[in-house]
Amino acid sequence: MRLIESFGEWLDARLQVGTSIRETMEHRIPRETSSWFYVFGSAAFVVFILQIVTGIMLALIYVPSAGEAWSSLQTLNHNVALGWYIRALHGWGSNFMVAIVLIHMVQVFLFGAYKYPRELTWVIGVFLLLVTLGMAFTGQVLRFDQDAYWGLGIGASIASRVPGIGPWAVNLMLGGPIIAGATLSRFFALHVFVIPGLLIAFVSVHLLMVLKLGINEWPVPGRIVRKATYIKEYHALTKTDGIPFVPDAIWKDMFFAAFILLSIGLCAAYFGPFGPSGPPDPTIIQTSPRPDLFFLWLYAVLSFLPPSMETPALLIGPVVGILALVLLPFLFGEGEKSWRRRPVAVLTILLVLVALATFTHLAQHTPWSPIMDAWSGDPIPPEFLHSRSALERQGALVFQVKQCHNCHSLGDQGGKRGPALDAVAVRLTQDQLIRQVIQGGGNMPAYGKNLSPAETTALVAFLETLHPAGQQPARNASRALAIESGTSVPSSSHQ
Amino acid sequence: MTLPGGFTRRDVLMKIGILLNGIVAAILAVPIVRYLLSPVARGRKGGYESWVPLGNLEQFPSGQTRLATYRNPIVNPTDGDTAEIACWVRNVDGQNFQVFAINCAHLGCPVRWFPQSSLFMCPCHGGAYYQDGSRASGPPERGLFEYHYRIESGRLFINAGEMPTPGSPTASNIVTEIRPCV
Repeated sequence: MRLIESFGEWLDARLQVGTSIRETMEHRIPRETSSWFYVFGSAAFVVFILQIVTGIMLALIYVPSAGEAWSSLQTLNHNVALGWYIRALHGWGSNFMVAIVLIHMVQVFLFGAYKYPRELTWVIGVFLLLVTLGMAFTGQVLRFDQDAYWGLGIGASIASRVPGIGPWAVNLMLGGPIIAGATLSRFFALHVFVIPGLLIAFVSVHLLMVLKLGINEWPVPGRIVRKATYIKEYHALTKTDGIPFVPDAIWKDMFFAAFILLSIGLCAAYFGPFGPSGPPDPTIIQTSPRPDLFFLWLYAVLSFLPPSMETPALLIGPVVGILALVLLPFLFGEGEKSWRRRPVAVLTILLVLVALATFTHLAQHTPWSPIMDAWSGDPIPPEFLHSRSALERQGALVFQVKQCHNCHSLGDQGGKRGPALDAVAVRLTQDQLIRQVIQGGGNMPAYGKNLSPAETTALVAFLETLHPAGQQPARNASRALAIESGTSVPSSSHQ
Repeated sequence: MTLPGGFTRRDVLMKIGILLNGIVAAILAVPIVRYLLSPVARGRKGGYESWVPLGNLEQFPSGQTRLATYRNPIVNPTDGDTAEIACWVRNVDGQNFQVFAINCAHLGCPVRWFPQSSLFMCPCHGGAYYQDGSRASGPPERGLFEYHYRIESGRLFINAGEMPTPGSPTASNIVTEIRPCV
């Protein structure tokens, strides 16, 4: 023990950092800031350290070559002792890191911590969110499988829409004309050198500012932030009602960090690593690429935007979003901090949360995509075929063979791209059914060229049977009238 | 020593030092920027595209649409399987062909051909195209990307080499009918 102490003294006599480290650790913070709400920033930092450590370990085996990356992941999963677990830790660590950074941001926003004098701390925090998402996206590319390959295609297609420099942006992003070896190499450089470098730099500045400016005090309704008086008030608060960060406050950060690390470790052990899915061979087209969890909402938005709005929304949306985040502390740098007095802030968070959750949920079910094998894999439920005529059953066959089932569901089986047809006969008359099948419309392709008249007749006969037992199918009243008048006056022609 | 104007000799030397480093940085920036822009510069000068064979005409029966693959004309040793590209070949009537890119015109996912309903469908965001490549439904703003083709001594060639994207110059060269949403 004495030996360690004297070595420490020897070291500090040369390094000369002991005093400033002690001062930093023991700096006074407002008593109420020692709260379970203030643990997310440090937890994000701890997860970042975990990502660095596991990332370096993965780099010992991983080969950043388009020809070998996928098989090196297989090696990690199957041939290296606990390679799968390190991959799982890195993958789950990534998800936790994005989640914690987002929670941290919401907490900072609701507690008004971005207000004077911490505007720049917030702006750097926005950059940190962006580089964290950048890490998540580039990391998904390094898991060089089918999803990564086609995900890059989506990225390139978005980049190509930038007016003027679109094609150049694509070549720069891909490192050439197609997604290939050069593409993976540059995403490797981004994921391993460039973005982590930025992350470390931003984290350092972010942390330095938190220390220099002091951690945000607990927001009290009615305690207004004014540029003229804030700093004096803050110092008075830490003097009269402050506690040293170490050891009075840090234990909560430590407990929470340990809890998060344990959760990551358990998730990794229980759920295992992410992928890789199929090999990145672009000639294998039997694939339904999906992005990772935190980009699913974007995937859903891309399918719901009307075509004409897509390019503007893709190119202007992010700029507006980032600008709004960066400008926030400069527009609302003073005033109330407490979320109890900021209903608009609370509603904004709720709105964003509900929107993101809804889009993410939708993207997990992709109701906008045809189910590619429903026509051959999902049979028509028997109740839709029971006591039907031969013609109607022939129509059911046409329904399967012509892939109608890929987009339309019957008895909850099949695609959700188009409306469910369980009761279509109630909505559409025979004429309307024929018109819809032949001409399409409302986002349905026209089948006029692909169906013979006999097939159309059979299909429509089948569709006309699709109505609930107690409900009459739709009928054209005027037509019935015409037929009626035709039968009452046999001589008149109603052709 | 103080020079006229209040500068000291060391002030001037420091400024010259900054200037020297600035000049050297600018000189070194030229090869660095040129290196970084090499994917763009190469593409503009010679172009990435050239004629690649898809196979004998017998592989593409009249009236049918078949999947074909080719090796990208520009390949690097580390490309692996990614240099193998797929495309859809439609033999319209035995004389005329259409060769469609595998990439959906929306965001590049691989479209699949369904001969029974004569539709191309995309698994990502639900785009659908008719057999002639024109837009049928969904988010795409246009029809499928089409390659220029030619037939030489019984073999089908296409002019390919760059991934088609909505903004690429090759994509806009090709006249593909954009059908209004009916």
